[in-house]
Amino acid sequence: MLYFANWKILLICAICALGVLLSAPNLFSPAFLDRLPDFVPRRQVALGLDLRGGSYLLLEVDVAAAQRERLNSIIDNVRNALLDANIGYTGLAVKGDAILFAIREPGRIDDARQALAKIDPDLTVTIGPDGAGTVGFSAVATDQRRRLAVDQSIEIIRRRIDETGIKEPTIEREGEDRILVQLPGISDPEHVKELLGRTAKLTFQLVDTGASLEDARSGRLPPGDQVLPAEAAKAVRIGPESYVVRRRVMVGGDTLVDAQPSFQGNEPVVSFRFDADGAKRFAEATRENVGKPFAIVLDNKVISAPVIREPILGGSGIISGSFTVQSASDLALLLRAGALPAPITILEERTVGPSLGADSIHAGATACFVGVALVVVFMILFYGLFGVFADIALFFNLCLMLGSLSLLGATLTLPGIAGIALTMGMAVDANVLIYERIREEVRAGRTMLSSLDAGFTRAFGTIVDSHVTTLVAGALMFWLGSGPVKGFAVTLSIGVLTSLFSAILVTRLQIVTWVRRWKPRAIPI
Amino acid sequence: MLRPLIVIRRTPKIDFMKWHKLGFAFSALLTLSSIVLFLTVGLNYGIDFVGGTQIEVRATPGPANLAEMRQKLDALHIGDVSLQGFGPSSDVLIRLSRQPGGDAAQERAVQLARQALGPGLEYRRIEVVGPTVGGELIRAGVIATILALVAIAFYIAFRFEWQFGVGGMISTLHDVITTVGLFALFHLEFNLTTLAAILTVAGYSVNDTVVIYDRIRESMRKYRTMPFGELINLALNETLSRTILTVSTVALAVLSLLFLGGEVLRGFSIAMLWGVVIGTYSSLFIAAPVIYYVQPKRAAVARSTEGAKAPVSRAR
Repeated sequence: MLYFANWKILLICAICALGVLLSAPNLFSPAFLDRLPDFVPRRQVALGLDLRGGSYLLLEVDVAAAQRERLNSIIDNVRNALLDANIGYTGLAVKGDAILFAIREPGRIDDARQALAKIDPDLTVTIGPDGAGTVGFSAVATDQRRRLAVDQSIEIIRRRIDETGIKEPTIEREGEDRILVQLPGISDPEHVKELLGRTAKLTFQLVDTGASLEDARSGRLPPGDQVLPAEAAKAVRIGPESYVVRRRVMVGGDTLVDAQPSFQGNEPVVSFRFDADGAKRFAEATRENVGKPFAIVLDNKVISAPVIREPILGGSGIISGSFTVQSASDLALLLRAGALPAPITILEERTVGPSLGADSIHAGATACFVGVALVVVFMILFYGLFGVFADIALFFNLCLMLGSLSLLGATLTLPGIAGIALTMGMAVDANVLIYERIREEVRAGRTMLSSLDAGFTRAFGTIVDSHVTTLVAGALMFWLGSGPVKGFAVTLSIGVLTSLFSAILVTRLQIVTWVRRWKPRAIPI
Repeated sequence: MLRPLIVIRRTPKIDFMKWHKLGFAFSALLTLSSIVLFLTVGLNYGIDFVGGTQIEVRATPGPANLAEMRQKLDALHIGDVSLQGFGPSSDVLIRLSRQPGGDAAQERAVQLARQALGPGLEYRRIEVVGPTVGGELIRAGVIATILALVAIAFYIAFRFEWQFGVGGMISTLHDVITTVGLFALFHLEFNLTTLAAILTVAGYSVNDTVVIYDRIRESMRKYRTMPFGELINLALNETLSRTILTVSTVALAVLSLLFLGGEVLRGFSIAMLWGVVIGTYSSLFIAAPVIYYVQPKRAAVARSTEGAKAPVSRAR
């Protein structure tokens, strides 16, 4: 018991010193820390959004919708392929996640298979002997597209958020098709949500002047056409409420290289520029269709449908259409950042304003401080000098906890603060177990030194067993919990681990030093 | 030399085993009524689990006019709207029930509510949880709790004998069920942090139990002929001062959280406080007496711990 190898003493002291050093930056303001030399640790515990204020958004990429849309575009290819091969069919339609149809002549089934196989290697085509066929994406292709869609969405969302000038956003994938967005300092996320919620798919499509809206409504829609509603702008809208436009896209928004809000006369507009390829295609399309109107379509709504007066060869243009200054600048931002590959829904939103965050920090810190103070006094009341030893160990435990949190880059949430307060109460349990054991041994008539020794060695197993169960609960919470619960699980688990070190080793070192230095004849408990 | 001011001088001689049947009856009643409450009254689930919206606003200048706010919100016809004072008189907590029509519908309701309430309010907190996430969180919570119970039982069974695992499981289950019952009885909001508290309670309550089991095991080795009931009593009495001291320090920490930690942590602190008290009670009156009925074989205990340190204390 009395023997403590020198290297062990050094190691324990070094760990304690490290704990103090790593946790110390949390006491100072960032401005002060910046003025310190580089070798001083300055990392502080990262505060969660519930403490520093900010907005937490959980988004889901609607991959199924993107898939449906893709099938809708492929249905034309299927139709054309069958028509080109002169194969009769009925009931061609998208149903669920596949295109269904039926081949009329059983003899042509093989021909149909061949014709359809050429459309896209990602497609799987099955046609039964009765002629009933399905075209869908293979599981591998679907999976690949999902991953791609989520990756692209993350990228686009990052660009959109960066464009708004929000500082230190965190955007990360969560699970299979979810994206977690954290925006510190944002207490009113309405604008961001509006920007994120829009797909911003821009296309230029010709208006079919040969078809009337009435015909289209009564079911006589020319093949290759679609009916699109006009954007319901807040200002008085001029023109029809819907348009019949060609499905074929003249040019897509993906060929834009720049978009900026500007003014035409007094009206806010968005000016844009195509890349080389887009400019060429736009020039060709406009040259061939002078005098005809074309529709500027955003997210399947027609923003405006100007008439082409002359070929547009410069590769740039403007979009007008009852914008406000804000909506013009939003649209320009969205066009610059690019379109989302799939629609996005907001599953969960948690926003905390700065005043509540500050209140929470204050309340949490006060509760922690008072809790620790009560425990400290309690330990001295019940254990005297040994209580002081336990309290010193508790201090190092707190430092080690904060130090580990800073070092690991863990996020401290309000439940996390509760976790700290709670582990402070639990940490002294190891001391209580040891001290009670020492008392028992003294009562059983042992000498002072052997009582101390027995107290530590025999309480050890109990301490480990009783702490592991808390760690089990902590690990499960971390694994299955979300946000705030995770924060709690982290502080609880770290606190249990550091308390094992401090309550056993740090306390023992103090007692050994005390025995060696002062040569006491009895234990004061 | 600094001596302790308060010392528990002698090992108490409380006959716990004499009271254990009463304890069993009391706990059975408590557990049963908790289950009945859970099934009939049900839990007041927070938006974390059922979805919906929670908005905390502060009127500037205060105090908040609840009636007027209620009127404005009721006019929107967005389902159940509940308002309650929250902390100081200027603060109001508004809850909107889950809107029909999926995840996007929740967001629209918030926008409508904000427009209706107008200026003069500071939005301190807005939480919107769609039905998708809510369902998942319930599932994850139930799984976590069951896994925690099973894992803890296995750990005890692995470190001791299986009989101890059974005892630990029963007492932990008792603590978890009665905590849920408490929340049903007082209609306290049951949310994610409450769940975290329940898992912590499970971990903590076993902590106490393990300490007592450890002592029972040790005594089984030391006093090979002592009747089992007496042995359990001895173990409980010998560890009683530790039990009381530890429950006190944890309770001190929890009490300061309850009174100073703010509104957001209230549910968590209540669950913890109850858990700490009931966990200590169940260690003494459930976990230990259960061992009396599923008595582990003394020979097995002696064998399984031969590798461990031999008892040093002399018998009194």
